[in-house]
Amino acid sequence: MNQVDLQRRSFLKASAGAAAIAIAPGMMLYQVANGQTAGASSKVRWGMLIDTTQCKTGCNECVTACNRENGLSGKTGPTDSQWIRKIEIKDISSGRELSLPMMCQHCEHPPCVDVCPTNASFKRADGIVLVDKHRCIGCRYCMMACPYKARSFVHEPLHDQNPDVPRGKGTVESCTLCVHRVDEGRLPACAEACPNQAILFGDLNDPDSEIARKVRSVASVQIRADLQLNPGVRYQGM
Amino acid sequence: MRQLRDQSAVLRTCGSLAGFLKTLSVLIVAWFALSVFSPAQATETSPKLDIGKGGECVKDPQWMRKNHMHLLKHQRDETVRKGIREESASLKNCIECHASTKDDSVIAREDSFCVGCHRYEAVKPDCFECHSGTRKSAWLRQRDGK
Repeated sequence: MNQVDLQRRSFLKASAGAAAIAIAPGMMLYQVANGQTAGASSKVRWGMLIDTTQCKTGCNECVTACNRENGLSGKTGPTDSQWIRKIEIKDISSGRELSLPMMCQHCEHPPCVDVCPTNASFKRADGIVLVDKHRCIGCRYCMMACPYKARSFVHEPLHDQNPDVPRGKGTVESCTLCVHRVDEGRLPACAEACPNQAILFGDLNDPDSEIARKVRSVASVQIRADLQLNPGVRYQGM
Repeated sequence: MRQLRDQSAVLRTCGSLAGFLKTLSVLIVAWFALSVFSPAQATETSPKLDIGKGGECVKDPQWMRKNHMHLLKHQRDETVRKGIREESASLKNCIECHASTKDDSVIAREDSFCVGCHRYEAVKPDCFECHSGTRKSAWLRQRDGK
């Protein structure tokens, strides 16, 4: 009797295993055949580690790449969109100078999302903070709430946008962490363009990723950490 | 007396039935005549579209004419908010096939794929205030040529 039970148990185990093996690739094939992606996963937290010691004063490659990728004019007037900008800082007492790129910090607790009256500002499951322009009414409350001054308002009608990056008059926009590229498994344009590899992009939640290992081993800071927003962008060597 | 009344009621129904049949036959003849002659008139007024490469990848054209906006509206929220980039209902992929083979656009001319019908129906689509109406490959060529 015991032997029969054992056999039955092992048979069930084996058949469950075989079924899992047979079904799992089938499901993946179905998704591939229908061109579906699983969508943003909350297991992932996209982030950046910017090595300010490698960021050169006067170098503007990341800004140029961002403008080109997202179809920004590159002008820096008060009514022009800037998704990423280079800033130079100087410690007055020591005279130490630093150059670093500044953009949306993709906070875990984004103030722009808190204040948005229409839920247009939102944080995707994988930590990317975006504006849903279908809902944005252009009130610019988020621009006032952002401590990093990361957002811009589109003042003029636009033409010839990148088919992957829709942008339009009357809505607020900011760095999307090149979400259209990230969803394809590519790097954001600025990280790819940096000649000194000062921008490291990756999954902060994956303990084996390069960025997670570096964040563990090297001292890095979040800008305005006192606000406890837990930004996904960190700076090293400040 | 009661029987008489019943008889007259039966007669009346018979009369009205005959009238009804007559009307029905007239209607059938009219419908037949219309169905024979109307296609010629319809092609004169309905918009002629440049459908680009075209092809049926989601549903048949009549269903799509009626429901494409629901698909696009559902998909836009899935894509923007959840990152689900399903190809079959994505605006970018619609444009990929339906953009004109001449100018790579769904909005450039009067008979372009989106403009043709929307002008005929007097419905203004807001999509292209923000979205590009150009095929990605053509957009890349234009950008790199600049």
